[in-house]
Amino acid sequence: MLDKASLNQPKLPTNGIEPLLSLRGIEKHYDGQTVLDHVDIDLMPGRLLSLIGPSGCGKTTLVKIALGLLKPDGGEVTRAAGLRIGYMPQKLVIDPTLPLRVDRFLQLAEHDKTLCLEALTETGVAHLINRPLRALSGGETQRVLLARALLRKPNLLVLDEPVQGVDVTGQEALYQLIADIRTHLHCGILMVSHDLHLVMAATDEVVCLNRHICCHGSPEQVSADPAFVELFGSRQALYTHHHDHHHN
Amino acid sequence: MNLDFLYFALAAGLGIAMLAGPLGSLMVWQRMAYFGDTLAHGALLGVAIGLWLSLSNDLAVLLTCLGLAGLLIVLQELHLLATDTLLGILSHTALALGLVALALIPGARVNMEGLLFGDLLAISKTEVITIWVLAGLVLAGLGYWWRQLVAVTVHEDLAQVEGVPVRRVKTIQKLMLATVVAVGMKVAGVLLITALLIIPAASARRFSHNPEQMAILGSVIAALAVLLGLTASWFLDTPAGPSIVLAGGVLFGVASLSPKAD
Repeated sequence: MLDKASLNQPKLPTNGIEPLLSLRGIEKHYDGQTVLDHVDIDLMPGRLLSLIGPSGCGKTTLVKIALGLLKPDGGEVTRAAGLRIGYMPQKLVIDPTLPLRVDRFLQLAEHDKTLCLEALTETGVAHLINRPLRALSGGETQRVLLARALLRKPNLLVLDEPVQGVDVTGQEALYQLIADIRTHLHCGILMVSHDLHLVMAATDEVVCLNRHICCHGSPEQVSADPAFVELFGSRQALYTHHHDHHHN
Repeated sequence: MNLDFLYFALAAGLGIAMLAGPLGSLMVWQRMAYFGDTLAHGALLGVAIGLWLSLSNDLAVLLTCLGLAGLLIVLQELHLLATDTLLGILSHTALALGLVALALIPGARVNMEGLLFGDLLAISKTEVITIWVLAGLVLAGLGYWWRQLVAVTVHEDLAQVEGVPVRRVKTIQKLMLATVVAVGMKVAGVLLITALLIIPAASARRFSHNPEQMAILGSVIAALAVLLGLTASWFLDTPAGPSIVLAGGVLFGVASLSPKAD
């Protein structure tokens, strides 16, 4: 027998474990334009969920709602008790008038310098601790941001376009690092990306967003989904092999 | 010869200088110079309101500046206009309104030059005490909220996710600025007080590796500007407020010649 709630809500696999974060029927409108239309997402402990979609599809808005930075116009956000979120923002712009080195940047979140050094070691950039933030490369900045997110001892990591401004080799290394952190800390990860190609390998679940959820499932399921192919074209869909030929 | 007036002037100047480092640094990082100017211009309106309602001048100016800060916060949150356009309108409207209101009050005799550029050498003991009490409160507040203020400056969303009450911290910062502008107008007048807050902090940037160094060094440079300015004023018989700001400008020029720290 089905109760009313399960009729209204799409069935998502939970295996009896409580989700860290549950978004139900999320709606958001700006100036009469619908940015998010009935979005449902469950993020389970230890799972890596990638949120993909074309730019302007509402990814950042959804992340801000998940983080509690924005209030949805409709729907419900449920956070697990004891949820600790580590957040890695899309980019960090330090005003040139602000003198700030990596150590001080991390100490804004955690006083203890030993813990800051530990977090930097975990993300592989302990040697940068005394460097000014503005002198860091794209990849180094992302690793420092990731270290700051780890300082919160999170059980949920929210990473908004974590490889932005990083060269291709660096991107792969960074995704590998994120996968390692997930294994090591056993935290849930919500990762935003516009590049499906690289995220696929490490991802458990993919949600493809274009104002509403186009498709949702394992990377293989999503890449074969007609809605996905329509949105991204077949080039992106063929993620399992590298491009050795062209499709016309 | 009774030199009390000189000691009072020095004490008042140093009271503001003490805050110029941390508060001025925050203004420089957040590009709030224009915001400070708007509050300062509003202080003139506060003088008019004080005369009109027969309130104490200090109280009327303080309340007007705090009220204006509150109004600006609300208007900025409504996003009706770009912030610099909004401030551009309000800043000079407030200044013009203050000047017109002062002219309209019958029998009002105000020292306009003193209001615009400060009248430091005429400062009274009570006024010095007021400055130090309020400056002390603001300094305590800056110390208490410092880490959160810097965190909000660096990245608002990140700070919010990490539990910093961003909106409250930003409001507190603006109210502290309004307080300092209100009491600081005695020192440098409504047209120069923002410069007194910003120039020392900007000068300190070149020698600083972290936010706290810039804040402390900014206060030291501001104190130096007060000493140099008052000395110049004494020997050259120049107006005190402008002399202090000019000394700050010269120190900034000298600082700019040295190599940058970070």
